[in-house]
Amino acid sequence: MFVPSITNPIGDFVRDIVPRLAEYLPASIQSDTLNSIVAFLVNALICVIAVCAVNIGSAPILIYMERKVCAHVQCRLGPMRLGWHGTIQTIADVLKMLFKEVYAPSGADKLMFYLAPLIVLIAPFIVCALIPFGRNLVVADVSMGIPLIIAVNGFGVLGILLGGWSSNNKYSLLGALRSGAQMISYEISFAMILLFVVMISGSTNLMSITMGQEGTILDWWIFKIPVLGFIAFILFFISSTAEMNRAPFDIAEAEQELTGGYHTEYNGTPFAMFYLAEYIALVTNSALAVTCFLGGFLPPCIGIAAVDNYLNMVPGVIWFFAKVYFMIWCYMMVRWTFVRPRVDQLMDFEWKFLLPVNLVLLVAGAAYIVVFN
Amino acid sequence: MSQLPPGFRITRETNTDEFFINMGPQHPSTHGALRLTLRMDGETIIELVPHFGYIHRGMEKQAESMTYLQYIALSDRQDYLTAIQNNLGVVIALEKGMNVGVPEKAEYIRVMLQELGRIASHLVFFGCFGGDLGGQTCLLFGFKEREMIHDILEEVTGSRLTTNFFRPGGSRYDVPDTFIPRVKDFLDHLEDSMRDYERFLSKNIIVQERSIGIGVLSKEDAIAYGCSGPVLRASGVEFDVRRANPYSIYDQFDFDIPTAKNGDCYDRYNVRIAEIHESMKILRQCIDKFPKEGAWRSKEKPVRLPVGRYYSEIETAKGLYATYVVAATTGDKPYRIHTRGPSFPHIGALNKMCQGHKISDLVTIMATLDPVIPEIDR
Repeated sequence: MFVPSITNPIGDFVRDIVPRLAEYLPASIQSDTLNSIVAFLVNALICVIAVCAVNIGSAPILIYMERKVCAHVQCRLGPMRLGWHGTIQTIADVLKMLFKEVYAPSGADKLMFYLAPLIVLIAPFIVCALIPFGRNLVVADVSMGIPLIIAVNGFGVLGILLGGWSSNNKYSLLGALRSGAQMISYEISFAMILLFVVMISGSTNLMSITMGQEGTILDWWIFKIPVLGFIAFILFFISSTAEMNRAPFDIAEAEQELTGGYHTEYNGTPFAMFYLAEYIALVTNSALAVTCFLGGFLPPCIGIAAVDNYLNMVPGVIWFFAKVYFMIWCYMMVRWTFVRPRVDQLMDFEWKFLLPVNLVLLVAGAAYIVVFN
Repeated sequence: MSQLPPGFRITRETNTDEFFINMGPQHPSTHGALRLTLRMDGETIIELVPHFGYIHRGMEKQAESMTYLQYIALSDRQDYLTAIQNNLGVVIALEKGMNVGVPEKAEYIRVMLQELGRIASHLVFFGCFGGDLGGQTCLLFGFKEREMIHDILEEVTGSRLTTNFFRPGGSRYDVPDTFIPRVKDFLDHLEDSMRDYERFLSKNIIVQERSIGIGVLSKEDAIAYGCSGPVLRASGVEFDVRRANPYSIYDQFDFDIPTAKNGDCYDRYNVRIAEIHESMKILRQCIDKFPKEGAWRSKEKPVRLPVGRYYSEIETAKGLYATYVVAATTGDKPYRIHTRGPSFPHIGALNKMCQGHKISDLVTIMATLDPVIPEIDR
């Protein structure tokens, strides 16, 4: 069974302070069991709040960022009216969305219709809990991190399929079916590349994967294994874009073809949840890319002590988010640059190109380890 | 399925997986209020039936109670992307009836505005094509240069989209002194931008994958369906009214008629891009030869047509735009005006081109036909 093991300083602090506070209680209800249960619950609460804060807090920032990146790519200014350079625009949009009436189309399967937006939120939240944000900042430092990520990532497609199917709309259904086929196919490449990372780092724990990249910038997995690391990174980038249903692989939404795909019939809060899930998935996938290839929270040291000292002074969490936002920026640039392939071309690309290349990469990685270790 | 909805003709042996999708009239890629009913087998289109009339305003009927001059303003509202070209189509028919000549400077103004309008329309095509394929950025790129053309049109005609500019014997106003330098600057700018845009879209592997071999319209079919303009030329027919039946002073300019041979979406795209370059070529020749002096319109005459039938055809950005005016009595009102727009036959050919393709290809094909729905419905 999966038990969250909270090893960060906050967890220790809570475990420390709960018995001390308990001393003020009447002696009759004091017990070590109660103390540990309370400490566990408080820790769990802190973790939930932390994950929610990271995820939900980043969504408005990302939406603002996406609108600005998109605008500047397209020679526009983007939101400019509300607040300085339109900074409050996203909050206003979110508020508007929350106050809208929520209704389901006639003939929709109501239970499934309202369940679907909740299901798509599960996967990114669980993945976020596994990512080490700093040396001591990880919610669940589990030894089977990568397999767990591969396992829960499939939840997203369930929500999309349910949402599309329960909407009683042919466009939604087409979008959902497309997305089902796409995400299940690209999950294979996605898992294979994570497998490559596991193979070269020799661990499935995300903290050990990060710590295995300690040293200079050349010790990051993207550079450490010459050429192969970089190819793996690019392949990860492609398959995670498809995994997230983002353009150019957004055939599930395909505004021009399916008028919005699986979330055509959604509005108000349920739609906001789909939207939120999309952006949280962006954070978690970028975080995963950073953890697996770009040294996680480690600073980009260059091997010159004078410079490295300064780089090391910056807290790891800042390095982590700097890298994450760089990755997000890359995803956004790709989104606003490419056109969308057709649904059958997308599947061809996965099964006839990406998967064989991944297999070759795995073999080559194994050969590299055998030869050079 | 024993009873098919109206319009569907193909009978199949096994049709258990079929379903029908209603695409439009409110759909992001039907380019306006066009409704298509699709008969689908999974993602593959078996057959489609277009339905028109959602934006029908009865223009031809309205024209019967309007003066000729008022109808020029209506022609703007048909194909709003080529409004300035439609103006000329009507005006040439009226000139044939009134038997007025056009001074040289007025002809140059006409040709230049025609070609600017053509570039503007093709830029919208460029944007919509990219946008419909999923590259939203393209849409804005195409519209960016189009804005500059609209700025020029605004300065010359007083309005950006519905120009209502030409009049029998010339135009409403003379062009301002800044017109020629502005066009020159714009051409220099467009030359650079087109280089970037072509690199952005034409050489993009995904665009090629999605458009080569998609929506093939054979030479015979293109002629049989009555296609014209870039759609016809992409199928390999070298027909351009500017060359085949020159109007205005198009016979004085040196320009090529771009054609392609496969008739697929990529060819239609390429033909339009090549036409932008040809239009730029014509504009540069116009700038060189533009008469500084001279009348910009012939002596003003009341617009009264003698009894008769007058026909004009011009090449707009979309294709052949013809106006047929019947004057039953000598006066300032027509008995009947009929317009032959280029988009209507193109939508007619849509079913032929889409059969067996995916729903995503329908969007590509629609984009390369470049229809404007208000011009179909009128």
